Amino acid sequence: MTIKGKAYIAGIYEHPTRKADTQSLAQLHAESAIGALADAGLTKDDVDGYFCAGDAPGLGPLSMADYMGLKLRHMDTTETGGSSYVIHVGHAAEAIALGKCNVALITLAGRPRAEGMATGTAPRAPVAASPDAPFEYPFGPTVVNQYAMAAMRHMYQYGTTSAQLAWIKVAASQHAQHNPHALLREVVTVEEVINSPMISDPLHRLDCCVITDGGGAIVVVKPEIAKSLKRPLVKVLGAGEAPKHQMGGKIDLTYSGAVWSGPAAFAEARVTHSDVKYVSIYDSFTITVLITLEDLGFAAKGQGGKLVADGNLIAGVGKLPFNTDGGGLCNNHPANRGGLTKVVEAVRQLRGEAHPKVQVKNCDIALAHGTGGSLGTRHGSATVIMGRE
Amino acid sequence: MTTTTERKYPAPAVNPEIQPFFDAATRGTLMLKKCSACGQTHHYPRAICPFCASGRTEWVTASGRGTIYSYSVMRRVPVPYAIGYVTLEEGVTMMTNIVDCDLDAIRIGQRVKVVFKPTDGGPPVPMFTLA
Repeated sequence: MTIKGKAYIAGIYEHPTRKADTQSLAQLHAESAIGALADAGLTKDDVDGYFCAGDAPGLGPLSMADYMGLKLRHMDTTETGGSSYVIHVGHAAEAIALGKCNVALITLAGRPRAEGMATGTAPRAPVAASPDAPFEYPFGPTVVNQYAMAAMRHMYQYGTTSAQLAWIKVAASQHAQHNPHALLREVVTVEEVINSPMISDPLHRLDCCVITDGGGAIVVVKPEIAKSLKRPLVKVLGAGEAPKHQMGGKIDLTYSGAVWSGPAAFAEARVTHSDVKYVSIYDSFTITVLITLEDLGFAAKGQGGKLVADGNLIAGVGKLPFNTDGGGLCNNHPANRGGLTKVVEAVRQLRGEAHPKVQVKNCDIALAHGTGGSLGTRHGSATVIMGRE
Repeated sequence: MTTTTERKYPAPAVNPEIQPFFDAATRGTLMLKKCSACGQTHHYPRAICPFCASGRTEWVTASGRGTIYSYSVMRRVPVPYAIGYVTLEEGVTMMTNIVDCDLDAIRIGQRVKVVFKPTDGGPPVPMFTLA
């Protein structure tokens, strides 16, 4: 049993707002849903499967089905932080392959800016009864300093440098200059990244993603429906997912769950690394991209620094164009969760609908990857490989 | 030189499964959980062994000595502090703070020893200082 070819991504939408002072959370989800359905040429009455994660209001699918007036026969609330929506694409394809739904809607939204959330630098109050919390929360773990410990160890063990990490931000900024919706459109240099204020050693301000409001949505449909619509055909080829955690105290911060989710996705898609023309890689921080690319097999472990340096991730310049919308580092990280927009830009590339300045030529196979949670403690990794038909 | 002395440490939320760890911490002793079925030591402590799923886990006293596996100095806060992972002589790696030292002098691989610090309304928690 495989999902290969059993489902197509027919609709995508990235909410244009980056600060939602006047919209409610449910409204942002619904606006995103309607946008993706319109992109597909469908309406909300066509939806019979709904997927959402921890950012959804109230009781997730119950609250959103109520708000939008959806009639559903399949629901999935898999929650792995920012990678949830990459997993949802795979789960939607599974549900469609089994006949559990025909039109699957995935939504994400949030308003951390409007709510004034100190996203990266303040410890987040632990979820009730988290078994790890008594052994972590007193020590002030924040999003930034957890990822920073992964970066520090990678530097120590493999000689990775701040300049190599900076190239990841430089590439994202080169792409973001062409995206009118991007929060940060200014092109930056390696020196500017390294000279930006140190937030938590060794991560500087420009090693960190943006904080934005907004959201997005994806519509996954069965093949017969996809072929009846007037949109380019983007097929789900393979998907993989895995948690990575602390392994009972045998902690190794130098790799991510992509070492498991990546090979699973490649095996199901039956493609090789040289087939992949474009990658969307979750970029909460520069180090997230570097470790992920190694774990997905685009570079040997410890050699990611060389892979990302010297513009190799820049479309039209390097061999592995990534995050051509500007990614989380420059464009958008709605609700502090960047997985959904990773899929959206990969679909744009496969359709040939990316900005002409960053459109990858003959982009027939693309990969999107999410890392939700923390590289420094526990996270959910998700990889999806898609192809243009 | 950047030092940390004034940060207030939030209290851990203690429950019966882990109460002995914090009772020992109050006495100045670092405890770990060891499985008597598979022989492996783990952290954070659990009633159920994460390696073999046995319920026969026992509290053992740790040496309190280890080396810094990784760390990061949080700078963009009112009182900078060093979060870290310390690998104990017993083989497990635990999240902690590196304290009572020049934060700029911390390096991976340095030898450290446990020191207990009071929390805001709760039991003390294990932190580490350069040995």
